Amino acid sequence: MEANKTWKNPIVAWIDNRLPIFSMMNADLVDYPTPKNLNYWWNFGSLAGIMLVIMILTGIFLAMHYTAHVGYAFESVERIMRDVNYGWLMRYMHMNGASMFFIVVYIHIFRGLYYGSYKPPRELLWILGVFILLAMMATAFMGYVLPWGQMSFWGATVITNLFSAIPLVGQSIVTWLWGGFAVDNPTLNRFYAFHYLLPFIIFALVFLHLWALHVHKSNNPLGIDVKGPQDMIPFTPYYTIKDAFGLGVFLIVYLGFVFFAPNFFGEPDNYIKANPMVTPPHIVPEWYFLPFYAILRAITFDIWFIPAKLIGVTMMFGSIIVLLFLPWLDRSPVRSARFRPLYRQFFWLFLVDCFVLGAAGGHPPEGHWIWIGQVATAYYFAHFLIILPLLSYLEKPRQLPSSISAAVTPGGVGISAKGVAE
Amino acid sequence: MAHTASTSPESVDDEVTRRDFLLIATGTVAAVGAALAAWPFIDSMNPAADTLALASTGVDLAPVEVGQRITVVWRGKPVFIDHRTDKEIEAAEAVPLNQLVDPQPDSARVQKPQWLIVVGVCTHLGCIPLGQKPSDPRGDYGGWFCPCHGSHYDTAGRIRKGPAPANLVVPPYVFGDEQTIKIG
Ligand code: HEM
Ligand code: FES
Repeated sequence: MEANKTWKNPIVAWIDNRLPIFSMMNADLVDYPTPKNLNYWWNFGSLAGIMLVIMILTGIFLAMHYTAHVGYAFESVERIMRDVNYGWLMRYMHMNGASMFFIVVYIHIFRGLYYGSYKPPRELLWILGVFILLAMMATAFMGYVLPWGQMSFWGATVITNLFSAIPLVGQSIVTWLWGGFAVDNPTLNRFYAFHYLLPFIIFALVFLHLWALHVHKSNNPLGIDVKGPQDMIPFTPYYTIKDAFGLGVFLIVYLGFVFFAPNFFGEPDNYIKANPMVTPPHIVPEWYFLPFYAILRAITFDIWFIPAKLIGVTMMFGSIIVLLFLPWLDRSPVRSARFRPLYRQFFWLFLVDCFVLGAAGGHPPEGHWIWIGQVATAYYFAHFLIILPLLSYLEKPRQLPSSISAAVTPGGVGISAKGVAE
Repeated sequence: MAHTASTSPESVDDEVTRRDFLLIATGTVAAVGAALAAWPFIDSMNPAADTLALASTGVDLAPVEVGQRITVVWRGKPVFIDHRTDKEIEAAEAVPLNQLVDPQPDSARVQKPQWLIVVGVCTHLGCIPLGQKPSDPRGDYGGWFCPCHGSHYDTAGRIRKGPAPANLVVPPYVFGDEQTIKIG
């Protein structure tokens, strides 16, 4: 944090002298020095933050009308849709907001993968991001149970049953998670409690994430360190305006879905009230879980004495846990894929692989989808555990520019972090 | 260890002192205390007394004809009751154990051969297998078929094909008289 500024307004100065909150906001949002070459892929962090705020806001207003009881949950959501003033808006913003939140965060993560933002000194920043992703997944999973439709119920049943794969204590853990002998009222109640709590935990994690970010500052498309004030510009007005523009474009897309295709991402079966006696013919999770669902189902055979179910569950969680180790799996000192001719190609292959996994997760595991899911799963892990470590040694990176300024403003004219033309 | 906490001038950096012992002992007691205090919170999430109290269901078998299957609810889960035909019983008894994924003779799964009583929850990930209605598919072995990931069960409710690791669970039940049972 910068040394306390002197404020003209005496009230602001009085407060700032006792609690330097205005100095902090100034240092982190206004004067904050930012690499001058950030492209639009750097908009997605602020978009994710805004989505979190929208989710909490719409969620709290939904909570004012929602009833967490198996006898009333479905009806209370229908009442929100039909009778509560603007209830439909709150719910559709919340429902589509979850999808948008994941799109934004996935793009944010792939941005980090492409530009090597997980490399030193930003490893902890990356790891905090993976924890945020895990917490988001838990939140979205439990939120989807709340409207108590058929997919809510059966999604919850299938996913909680995963834990029964754990040897010895599996069944006791599942009973404990349910608070009974099936997904039922106690389950709905606790999911609601956690669904309300977790977003605030995410908020705290985001705070740590930003704190870590502001220690070493943003990475940039060249992936090289900033060499001095000539490589940077102040956050305000340059990036506040760029983020605001990006937000405008994003809101057109997001609200486009809310107003014109609000059930695009949803499953029609979830408008049928949960029935514990009838399983829908084809259970699918929300689209943002499909790649992980494909990994879960890829293992159809026991390996040695380990049952297929346990391997599938372990691999599904492993597919996210492996991200935590990424900074140590990719040892190449060059961050940005712009200067890594081989990594750049494997990056795109990996992205395609994730889409293939998503497609495999969305189809019933029959015919070709079985081996497609298996090959794509194998490639997912090979990317992290074999390809990246090997590339670190085999690849010959291209020549890095000597500085951001040298590459971006070779004429020497630019604006420095001090905000003046140099 | 004793560096910052120490007030006595004699204690040196790497020397083990009584203060270290006290610190470790206190820390251990605090950790055990915290773990014990966590238990009520964890256990509060287990099934409550009233949930456990709902745990038994009585069924009148008299109206169920040979070849008919009915579903009853026990602990919020479906229980399949199958009044098996002689052919189905024979088929179940004839299977050699070495052909089974989860080997169990038919006799270990029924109290009376004509009544097969199993929990109707797939042992894979908890879907409800099809086969209760006459129009349902019954899978390759004439028992039940789980549509979720394709598990096939035979006429003794044993897993024969597909990802499920175990046979359909036989719930605890007792015959009251010839025609009634109490499950749970
Ligand atoms: C990380 C942020 C959040 C995510 C990703 C999220 C996700 C979801 C999802 C996917 C649903 C199901 C929507 C549907 O199909 O109807 C849902 C429902 C719900 N959420 Fe959230 N949520 C978040 C934050 C919150 C917060 C902070 C609250 C405040 C209490 C909240 C309250 C609710 C309520 C009451 C419902 C049930 C009503 C409904 O189904 O529309 N959510 N949430
Ligand atoms: S739940 Fe029955 S096969 Fe997966």
